Amino acid sequence: MNLEQWFYSLPVRFRTFFHRKQADQEIQAELRQHLDRQVSENTAKGMSPDEARRSAMIALGGVTQIEQQCREARGNNALDDLARDLHYGFRQLWRSPGFSALAILCLTLGIGANAAVFSWVEGILFRPYPLVAHQERIYAVAGTVQGQTNGDFLSWPDFLDLRRNCTFCEDAFVTSITGSTLNVGDHAEVTTGSIVSANYFEAIGVHPVLGRAFQAGEDVGSDSRPVVVISYQFWRDRFNSDPQIIGQTQRLKNVPHTIIGVAPEGFYGTFVGRAIQFWVPASMEETFHGGGYKLEDRGARWIESYVRLKPGVSRAQAQAQISAFAARLQNDYPATNRGRSIKLWALWETPFNHAGELLPILEVMVAVVAFVLLIACANVGNLLLLRAFVRRHEMSVRLAIGASRLRLVKQLLSEGLILSALGTVGGLLIAYACRHALVLLLPTGVGSSMYLPGQMDTRVIAMSIGLCLLVTLMVGIIPAFQTRHLDVAGPLKADSSSVVGARGRAWIRSGLVVFQVSLSFILLVGAALLLESLQRIRTTSPGFSTTNVAVTGVSLVAAGYELPRARTFQNELIDRLSGLPGIESSAFAAVTPLGYMTYPSSPIAVDGYQPSPDEQPELEYNQVGPAYFATLGIPLLSGREFVRSDDESAPLVAIVNRTMMMRYWSGQDPIGLRLQVKGRWARVVGVATDSKYESMSESPKPFFYLPLEQDPSREPDLNIRTTQPLDTTLAAVLHEVHALDQDLTLYETITLHEQVNRATSPQLVAVTLVSLLAGLALVLAAVGLYGVMSYTVAQSSRELGLRMALGAGADNLLRLVLSRGLRLTGAGILFGTVIALALTRLLGKILYHVSPHDPLLFGAALVVMTVAAIFACLLPAWRAARTDSARVLRE
Amino acid sequence: MSKPSDLVQGTLDMLILKIVALEPLNGWAISQRLKQISGDVLAVSDGSLYPALHKLERRGWIRAEWKPSENNRRAKYYSPTRLGRKQLERESANWNRVSAAISGIVKLEQA
Repeated sequence: MNLEQWFYSLPVRFRTFFHRKQADQEIQAELRQHLDRQVSENTAKGMSPDEARRSAMIALGGVTQIEQQCREARGNNALDDLARDLHYGFRQLWRSPGFSALAILCLTLGIGANAAVFSWVEGILFRPYPLVAHQERIYAVAGTVQGQTNGDFLSWPDFLDLRRNCTFCEDAFVTSITGSTLNVGDHAEVTTGSIVSANYFEAIGVHPVLGRAFQAGEDVGSDSRPVVVISYQFWRDRFNSDPQIIGQTQRLKNVPHTIIGVAPEGFYGTFVGRAIQFWVPASMEETFHGGGYKLEDRGARWIESYVRLKPGVSRAQAQAQISAFAARLQNDYPATNRGRSIKLWALWETPFNHAGELLPILEVMVAVVAFVLLIACANVGNLLLLRAFVRRHEMSVRLAIGASRLRLVKQLLSEGLILSALGTVGGLLIAYACRHALVLLLPTGVGSSMYLPGQMDTRVIAMSIGLCLLVTLMVGIIPAFQTRHLDVAGPLKADSSSVVGARGRAWIRSGLVVFQVSLSFILLVGAALLLESLQRIRTTSPGFSTTNVAVTGVSLVAAGYELPRARTFQNELIDRLSGLPGIESSAFAAVTPLGYMTYPSSPIAVDGYQPSPDEQPELEYNQVGPAYFATLGIPLLSGREFVRSDDESAPLVAIVNRTMMMRYWSGQDPIGLRLQVKGRWARVVGVATDSKYESMSESPKPFFYLPLEQDPSREPDLNIRTTQPLDTTLAAVLHEVHALDQDLTLYETITLHEQVNRATSPQLVAVTLVSLLAGLALVLAAVGLYGVMSYTVAQSSRELGLRMALGAGADNLLRLVLSRGLRLTGAGILFGTVIALALTRLLGKILYHVSPHDPLLFGAALVVMTVAAIFACLLPAWRAARTDSARVLRE
Repeated sequence: MSKPSDLVQGTLDMLILKIVALEPLNGWAISQRLKQISGDVLAVSDGSLYPALHKLERRGWIRAEWKPSENNRRAKYYSPTRLGRKQLERESANWNRVSAAISGIVKLEQA
């Protein structure tokens, strides 16, 4: 039918459907009029009234049949049938509320888990940035170093050249996460901000609700434009939605910034994992990051950049252009760009925010919730199957009085539709409630500062409705399949009960149980692997001691300390702390390992080390104070620690780690040899053992340390080795800090143990989620097994009675039922093992030092599954053992 | 009651369209007009007229309207829609072509 036909035909169809009664009455009225006319015509011809009527009726034919034919001609039978089926289905389900509630609960959990994970995937990976226009065309741009797969930052000059040269890009913009401390009462509060290019708001299509966005040129120069756009929440919470906010100043990093705009409500910036509270132009970079002016330094890589491709441009096209451009940069600027390329990343792979690390977890979650849903469907299918069997009389009767099989199948499907629709509604509500739940799984401290919203948009809802229809088919088709076996006479005759071991029709039910057991076994294996991996990662030594070390910070910048004053303060504080009871040593360091701060990096050169033509050695390093290694418990292999006298007037020195010694000095002790950092030569004075720097799962990498005094950082963290509890230490440190300056405050204080836990929180999230869902799956599978075994026992009571009468003891019957249940479980575990062996490889990216085929963990999953199965079969088996043979045989 | 054959069915649709295209009529009047026009050649029973009317209405070829009839009772009057008129044109052209071809063949055999 084409559009025009629909245009004319739809009103008629709607009328017929929604005003059925009136339409019927009209048909009757029309036919009655016809009859009346015919009768009066006949009378006029001279017939008697009776004869006239009879003759008219004959001429027209059976009025009732014609009415029916007219109704059929008007159509709408499909819609009509559906409405009737749904009505009937509701009545059926209403009649067995226990069954319905159980089925709906199963589906709610199954669909809810899926919808929740969809909403996380949508909100974190696919549409991570609310209000940002055309996210589907936005890609992250990161640099890559030859031979490595991870992406890192670009430099500002590289970015400007890229923006000029990328003709396939509609726009390109920069962000760089930063933070600032604001004094709130007696403690310092960290706010999260972004350093952005001036075109940022324009490029993402977000317009301030108050004031203006940045103007061209505001990202040029060194610390030249102290202006800030604040987030809506920041404006509401800190400034009580002051309408006169524009033009006021806010101190950030101790520099007064003029507030020029307020971002719209619901805009959280463009950094997965954090809600950004303020934006400053790139010209303020030095204020926030320190470490010198970088806008003209091609070697200083600090920006997270994004491009939006023009409509119709493919990623491959743009990548080709950008690769060619990066090759030109290598040519033109070998000193800084040798061996470097530039790569586009889809938003969900973004290397410089939390998307990249959440991606493998969410991938696994999508598979896991799909399994849970399949198990739930199998359960509901099984329940429906049991009901179909109970209702076979009714079905046979309906067949006998002329219902077509298709109508029966439609009827069963519509019951499935009702169940899955209610399950979907429940599931969407669950997902809506859980949309912000991901952060709850993170340890407090990490969770409170993270922002990982789920997104319940039309795509998620559409996906859920799609699932609903799929589920309808799956759960509806199973009992519908069974109607093939229905014949009109069979069930109307005497009931034939089955036996425990009987095959035959029970195979569908048994098959479903085997299917459920397989799936939940796979999930158990996954959970066991992840649990073991978390265990290993948490017990792996990070290379520094995690006990007895606390880390805190002093709000020097917020209090207006300049560098020389800060240095004096740091030395005085260390001296004061060394006299305190329980404090063994303390040291400042620019970056705390495994934190969210990135390490500074520098191109290096080593005497006698010849880099390959396309290699520009560049390493990360940390700036640390005297006694740092003693405080963190990092053993030195040779040489010495930094000391107080390694200051700006002394010769430059460095400490390297073991991997760096192996790589650049071929394993020879480098003490006394030279290392070039940032163009200046330093002497190596010590070699430290390898430790973990950015993540617990990283492999050993070359790394070095410079003295804080020779490469200063304005606000380093304070590390304290103490035998006292954290609170006592904290109080003592705060006391000493206040003794030096009443205006200073301490940042959050945590132990290195806690730091390790935070660093492994993504693994914790994965373990928690998978374990929860594996537990749910186990319960669902056990319920399924229980249902089938109970049903089998109930159906075969006659056989059991007979066995008993022939001398079988209660324990024989118990064993009979248990062994049947365990046979099903065994088959499920067997299938599950085969599939799990193939599937657990997908966990590879998350697993740490655990083989995805670890036989011990498979064994553990097997034990858990078997125990659950025994519990599920115990009650039915016990019922079987208590069969009253005399009563059963009499019936 | 047996269903009319496809040929007659299609023809009936066309006849009804043609009749109501001249002026809006109610069911009774259409049945009378049908008898007048086709006489006994196409024995269209009133029983098959009404389902055909409802089918055409559902297809959107004719529309129905309740109006006072000549004896002042409200009756259902049918008239063609724009879609129906187009359909009629198409069908008529088709019919002319086919019947011309068939009669050509028939004449050929006679010769």
